[in-house]
Amino acid sequence: MLGTGIIKGMVETARNFVGSYHDPERLTTVQYPEERLAPKENGRSFPFLVFDGNDQQAGLRCVACQICEKECPPQCIYINKSKDKKPDYVGKLQFYPATFDIDISVCMSCQICVEVCPFEAIKMDQVFELSTSDRFGKLLLHKPQLAKPNEYFHQLHPTDANEVDARLGEEKRKAEAKAAAAAAAAAAKLAAPKPAPDEPTKAT
Amino acid sequence: MQSLDQIFVTGKQWLLAFLPEALQPVGSILLVIAAIFGVFATLFAVTTILERKILGRIQNRFGPNRVGPFGFFQPAADGIKMLTKEDIVPRDADKIIHFLAPLALIIPVALALSVLPYGRNMVPVEFDAGLLFFFAVGASTELSVFMAGWSSRNKYSLVGAMRGIAQMISYEVPLVLSTVTVIMIVGSLSLVKIVEAQSGFLFGFLPSWHVFTPWGFAGFFLFMIAATAESNRSPFDLPEAESEIIAGYLTEYSGFKYALFFMGEYWGMFAISGLSVTLFLGGWNAPFPFLQFIPSYIWFFTKLVLIIFTFIWLRGTVPRLRLDQLMSFAWKFLLPLALTNIVVAAIWFFSRALQFPGALGLRWIFCAAILAVSYVWLGRGVAQAQRAKRVYQYAE
Ligand code: SF4
Ligand code: SF4
Repeated sequence: MLGTGIIKGMVETARNFVGSYHDPERLTTVQYPEERLAPKENGRSFPFLVFDGNDQQAGLRCVACQICEKECPPQCIYINKSKDKKPDYVGKLQFYPATFDIDISVCMSCQICVEVCPFEAIKMDQVFELSTSDRFGKLLLHKPQLAKPNEYFHQLHPTDANEVDARLGEEKRKAEAKAAAAAAAAAAKLAAPKPAPDEPTKAT
Repeated sequence: MQSLDQIFVTGKQWLLAFLPEALQPVGSILLVIAAIFGVFATLFAVTTILERKILGRIQNRFGPNRVGPFGFFQPAADGIKMLTKEDIVPRDADKIIHFLAPLALIIPVALALSVLPYGRNMVPVEFDAGLLFFFAVGASTELSVFMAGWSSRNKYSLVGAMRGIAQMISYEVPLVLSTVTVIMIVGSLSLVKIVEAQSGFLFGFLPSWHVFTPWGFAGFFLFMIAATAESNRSPFDLPEAESEIIAGYLTEYSGFKYALFFMGEYWGMFAISGLSVTLFLGGWNAPFPFLQFIPSYIWFFTKLVLIIFTFIWLRGTVPRLRLDQLMSFAWKFLLPLALTNIVVAAIWFFSRALQFPGALGLRWIFCAAILAVSYVWLGRGVAQAQRAKRVYQYAE
């Protein structure tokens, strides 16, 4: 009969109306500034630079190779390479960025810079409360604002960070082993006695 | 109790006594205008926030809850926002008509509000033909819709206005026809007399409101459907269908003119709800004899708010109709049912002469049966028409 559908619907909406008052479970809204959801591991907003240890200048992983600057689709990364060098995590001397700026008013959070960086130096942050009163100056983030410790990276993306740490640790161990082997070889070379005159004949 | 009931009447007389004799009529008019504007502007503010809250709860949301306690100062924030917004008039618009359209809505609606009896002895303008006056000024709000749509020089505005005109004219017919029954039974066009005819109690305790008779119930039902359409409320909000034509005839309005339009629409809803209270729900009469100590105006506004709540509830429930459904519903269902209802009212009126015991029950059953059968039969026709496959002329 005409109208039964409307009555059914009215009953349903009335149930919602009353139910939402005595059963707060029905309300899905998270009232943001007071309540907030736990961040998701895969969430991402803008990039930041990772450093190891406590000193953000000494520990910065970025070697100013400028790959990310070239790859960034909207071209919002600005890097100036240093004149001198500093040791990286394996102890090898590398350049470092004298300045490293990201214009987050342009950045589109595509994560391409993260994908292309060969040094695990740039990662995606999750901060989103970035509104400021100055849309030019304050949205251009500089190196001191961008550099964040490895522990922070661990907090945001634990899986990713552990995997990166394992790989870097492995590389470092290999490099150290290699260095140790090289050192041992050099030492052995130094320590070894002059080859006896009959030895080459043995080889032949 | 009597003094509390008449507090506004005596208060007005007390205030008027300060004026010289010659100025008293003018003072009386100004007081009434101020009262109507004050009361209904407040009711408008309260309704907007309640509407948003109730719709939110119906959709399991909180609704606005940021401004003031439970968000109840939201209307003030909205009002300030509206007033400080830029008033944009399209370059090609017909500026004079664009400016006049909101006024052409708000003035007739305020006039319509002025003939309703809000309480015992509380009718701003007592007309012998109050009902006729109400419909006369109410119909002229259609003009404002078309003025707004036409003068904006915007296709969405025009489409909205044309939908609005088609809908309002179609639903005006069942609206008026459903009130004809009341005029037939009461024998007067005066809204005060209509309310008085509904005072008194059947068997000493049942309210003798019109809605508690078969023809009155059907009339109320028809009237409310037509009133929903007249005040452009969902599910009949085609003229403003946001998802289809932006905001219909309001598309090119901004700032204060938009606020005025918005208020005009709500006032229209209050006016037509007030009329349905007056015609069918006993006006300012209390529902039971033992509740008569509560002042009459409180009863009127309680009923008004209940009807508004039903409007909001309906808006939260039903989706918008299609234009062809809208038209076939008006012409194929409401109109025949309204005509049937007039016949039923006539039967009810003339069968009053039957005086044997049980006559009332017999009249009741007979009238209700006619209405029920025609409801089911007409309803089936509408449902079948809607189930028929639609043929799209250009889309296939
Ligand atoms: S996330 Fe994308 S847009 Fe942002 S800095 Fe990295 S590469 Fe550029
Ligand atoms: S962040 Fe990575 S890719 Fe970009 S300059 Fe530094 S090391 Fe190179």
